[in-house]
Order: sequence, then structure tokens, then C-alpha cells
Amino acid sequence: MTERPLSGLDAVERGPLPSDLGAAPSTTSIEGESDHPSVAALEGRFGSAILRHSVSAGDQTVVWIDPAKSLEILTWLKEDAGQLYDMMSDVTGVDYGNGRPVEVVYQMYSTTHKHAIRLRCPLPLEALQIDSVAGLWHSANWLEREVYDLFGVTFNGHPDLRRILMPQDYAEGHPLRKDFPLRGRFSRAEQTRRALAQDVERFYGTEELAHGGTPQEVAARAERADIAEAEG
Amino acid sequence: MATRTVELEVGRTPEMGVDGLPARSPLRPFDVPEPEMGTEQMLINIGPQHPATHGVLRLICELDGETVMSVTPDIGYLHSSFEKLGEYRSWNQIVPLTDRMDYLAPLIYNCAYVMSVEKLMGIEVTERCKVVRVICMELDRIFGHLLWLGTTAIDVGAFTPFLYAFQQRERIYTLHEALTGARITTSATRIGGMMADLPVGWLDALRDFLDTFPNTLHEIDRLLTGNQIHIGRTQGVGVINTADAINYGLTGPNLRAAGVDYDVRKDRPYYDYETYDFEVPIGEHGDCYDRYLCRMEEMRQSVQILHQAMARLPDGPINVQDPNISLPSKTECMSDMESMIHHFKLITDGIPAPEGDCYLPIEGSKGELGMYVVAEEGGTKPVRWRVRPPSFVNLSTIAKLAEGHLVSDLIMINASLDIVLGEIDR
Repeated sequence: MTERPLSGLDAVERGPLPSDLGAAPSTTSIEGESDHPSVAALEGRFGSAILRHSVSAGDQTVVWIDPAKSLEILTWLKEDAGQLYDMMSDVTGVDYGNGRPVEVVYQMYSTTHKHAIRLRCPLPLEALQIDSVAGLWHSANWLEREVYDLFGVTFNGHPDLRRILMPQDYAEGHPLRKDFPLRGRFSRAEQTRRALAQDVERFYGTEELAHGGTPQEVAARAERADIAEAEG
Repeated sequence: MATRTVELEVGRTPEMGVDGLPARSPLRPFDVPEPEMGTEQMLINIGPQHPATHGVLRLICELDGETVMSVTPDIGYLHSSFEKLGEYRSWNQIVPLTDRMDYLAPLIYNCAYVMSVEKLMGIEVTERCKVVRVICMELDRIFGHLLWLGTTAIDVGAFTPFLYAFQQRERIYTLHEALTGARITTSATRIGGMMADLPVGWLDALRDFLDTFPNTLHEIDRLLTGNQIHIGRTQGVGVINTADAINYGLTGPNLRAAGVDYDVRKDRPYYDYETYDFEVPIGEHGDCYDRYLCRMEEMRQSVQILHQAMARLPDGPINVQDPNISLPSKTECMSDMESMIHHFKLITDGIPAPEGDCYLPIEGSKGELGMYVVAEEGGTKPVRWRVRPPSFVNLSTIAKLAEGHLVSDLIMINASLDIVLGEIDR
């Protein structure tokens, strides 16, 4: 008898849920001509930096590219007169788990030629680094920050690579990675302990803290300060 | 009834000097030299709890006098980790997560998600379902724009449009409730169809709304469009040019106000939008006023689309007639062995997906709403479910738009972007 499939709550109790299939993603690349005009142009120009390409969900062209050449390829796609992908709709990441590479995914659209293309860059877990494209498209600025925050991918050359959704001092890692348990890395007790041990001065300056107290105290203190200022 | 006397607090008695006259004020304004002006910059914090930020958004502003030198948005206060939660849920269980993101136009999110999953799985929904979803999405475009209209007007001091707009929203809430049983958390869609078909009399109620809503819209239009105060607060404020608007990733009415003719419904049509007769309003100045005009016109166009959709609504089943995708009815389930097995399999196993990924953008009320789903062979849960958040990308432009404007204009610019923090923070 096969094991019962896990429900959502079981997975919470069990912690991280690695992807069910251990096999590497299939490497079936569609050989020959693709009807998407950018694919042939990309292959002609960048050759081996184009790892493979396929058509997904019926009509969506996906191209896997070498992360080492990603900036060069993306710059060309934006600026070449035949491509002109001027709209970077989305930058995101995909983690398949089980030690497989984390992929950075770019969704692009050309308002001139009315083409859409999706690029995917597989990054090995030991080198989660890729060149930032925030200099080419401003929209990539926050989107790359989000990928950094949730997947831990470093974008080289990004002007302001900080966490964006999680707190700046979040210590538990990068939540959308498959090895990150749904409940967080720390136990509930540890999370509570850390929350209670937070330093108030991190959020308020000493001056602001000095303003605490009952309204009467604050009023009296303000009056004393006025007089002191007037005399001194 | 006894009258209550109120003792007015009188001012403090002036301090008396030694000569019996009131002591001279220690402050001698004319003796003090005027301080140098305009040298010190001030850091002020707007939000996260502030009605004018339209949610838990924090804006850290550097001011010179009242002029904004820079704005740094701080987001994440409403982060609920929806995308992570989705990885632990089967395809249909994710639907309730989607309407919690944009609670101002929930049906659009419900539809966008299932459309993407259906495209990934290669499921073709029925004609009736397509039209019903178009009705849902256009109705919620009006729903989302009305909230924007009311709250933006109130941000610049116009209270009446707020009341008018919310009165109309209340009618859409009633339609939501009749259709789905919930006012905000609709969760109306399922993979392969809808939770339920349209209830009896719902189309008449919708027609009644469509017949009277344009009158209210016209009244709001008369209150705001030619209003000198409104024009003064919005024209020339928060301007962005065409090239920057594309480069910064603006979408939706914000992009079209800057003169870019890009509407997903026209450029990458889905659900036969190319067969509906409607216009896409394009602005030319890219300021708050043009964004206002674009959204007002979009509401009128949505009314047109809704009329056309109601006229063409075909009969027939709403759900895909495939027992491996759609749940059987309760009656079938309790009386037919086969249906019960299908029901059991669907609930326990879920719907298997092929390996692959799918990014389907649709025109949401805030901009291009893309749902990106990645699945493994036979996976009944997504490997990754990503929402391309229009408000998130639109908000990232606020630093550029607000620079050099007054603080009061920053409030207007923030309002004109039409953000919803549930979707920005996800």
C-alpha cells in the first residue's frame, strides 16, 4: 500500500518538504528551428551560452541561459533593434529542492515587437550569484531585492541590495528556499525569546524614549524645558 | 434636564515683575538674528499606521522645508508568505490565498490564478465559464477603481465622492455575496470552472447596477474633473515620461496615463477580449490627473464590456465535463459509485500537472497581474507559485515621482498609484 499523500498540515509538522522527485529536470531541448524570432537570433549570437529552449504551456517560449553571460545576453535583448525587450515584467526565483540549482527567471516583453520571452538562469547552490540588471531596467531593482530576500541570490552590481519583505535583521535565512521549514528555522520558543529580547532602542532613539511617561509628566517636563531654555 | 456648565480654562496669569508690571517676555524676537534658512534637512516618517498611506506602508522622507528631497518606502509589514504557503497546498486550495492579496478586487485574482494553472495543464474551460469570468473581472475592475476613486478624492479633501463611490461599492459587495457567499474573500473559482454557476436573478441584479451606476459616475465626474482644487492638486504632479514609465515597469492605468498604449487585454488577449468592443484610454501627460482620467474612463468601458458579456452569455455547463478535474455534484456523489470515487480521488490526490511552467499575465485593476506557476511531472502541488504584483512594481516608482514635490503632493502621488499592501507584501 502506498503512503497517503501529505496534507498541508502534515507538512507543517514534518518541517521542510523536499520536492518529491529526486531526478534532475528533464533536459529535453527542442532542437532545430523555433518559431519565436528571438530564439534563433540568440542561438546564432551566443551559441553555447544558450543552454536549451523549449515551449511551455502551449505557446510560451522559455530559454535557459548561462548565468555567466546573463548580463551580456540581457543587454543585447534590450538594446538590439530586432529584439527591444523594453519591459522587464518580472524577476523571480524557483527552487526545486534536493540540491538542484536555484533558477532566476526573467519575464520580458517588447512593446515594439509585441513579443514575450522567458529566460531562466540555473545557479548552482554553492554559487548563488548573478549580475544585476537593475541598471538596464529600473523595475528589476525591487524585484531583484525580493529574490535576494527570499532565495538568497546575490545580484552583483545591484545599487541597493537589502532585504525588502522580511525585516532587515531577520536571522532565519531565506524563506522561499525548499530547505526552509514552513514554520521558520527557529523553534517557536526561540522565536518568542528573540522577540522578547529585542532592544527597544533599535526602533526608537534615546530622545524619543525620554519622552515616555504619563501625559502630566510630559507636560510638566515640557514646561520645565521651556523655562530652562528661556533662562539659559 | 440639568444644564451642565463648562468651565472654560482661562489663560495663565502673566508673571509680574518687581515693578508691579507684567514681566517682559524673555523672548525678544526682534533682537535675535534670523537663522539661516534652508540649510537643515529633516527626516520624517509617514506611516506605517497612517490613513493616507492606504495600508501599512511606511515612507521615510527627507525634507528640505516642505519639499521632498527623497523618499524611501519601507514595506513588508503585511508579509504573509502566501507564496510559501502555496507550495504546501494543492492547486485548488491556493484559490483562497489569492483573494487575500488584493482584497479590493478579489475576483480578478481568483480568475488570474486558475487561468494560469489551466493553461499549464492544458485545460480548456467552457464558453460559459469564460464569459462568467470576464463578467467577474470587469465587475471587480469597477470595484477596485471605485475604492481608489473614493480614497484618492478624500486625500485631497473631497469627501462627497468617497460617499458616492462607497455606496456603489456596497452594491457590488451585494453582488459578490449573492455570487459567492462572501463579500470580500470570494474564492469563487476552481480549476476547470467556478465554485458555482450564477444564481437565479443575479444577471438582473447586475443589469440593475449597470443601468444606474453610470449616473453616479457622472455625478462624481462633475464633482472632480473640472474642479479647480482637484485640478490644482493633480495636474503636473507626479509626472513620468513614456520611456521612464516603461523602464520602471509601470503597468495598468499608471502606464497608459503616460501615453503608452499597452493593455494586456488588447496586446496579449485572453478569453476572447479581442472580440469585445471597448476602448483603452491613453493619457499624455503622465501626471496624477491623467491617471484619474484613465481610471474614470476604464470604469465606463468596463460597463460596456459587461453589457456585451451579458448579451453573449451562452447556456451550458460552467465546469469542465471531466471527472478528473471538476468535482461531481453532491447528489451524484451520494447516489453514483463512479462519482464518489472521482470525488474521493480529487479530494485526496488532487489534480496532477504536467512538468513545465506557465506565466499568464492579465489586466488587473492595478496593472499587469501575472501568475507564474511551476510544476513537476504529476505534481498535485506547485513547485513554485509566483504572483507578479502590479502594485509592488508600481510603488517602486514613488521615489522618482515624488522627488521635488511638496509633502502634500507625496500623499496625492501615493494615492494616484493605486496600491494595495496585501499584494505588495504578499
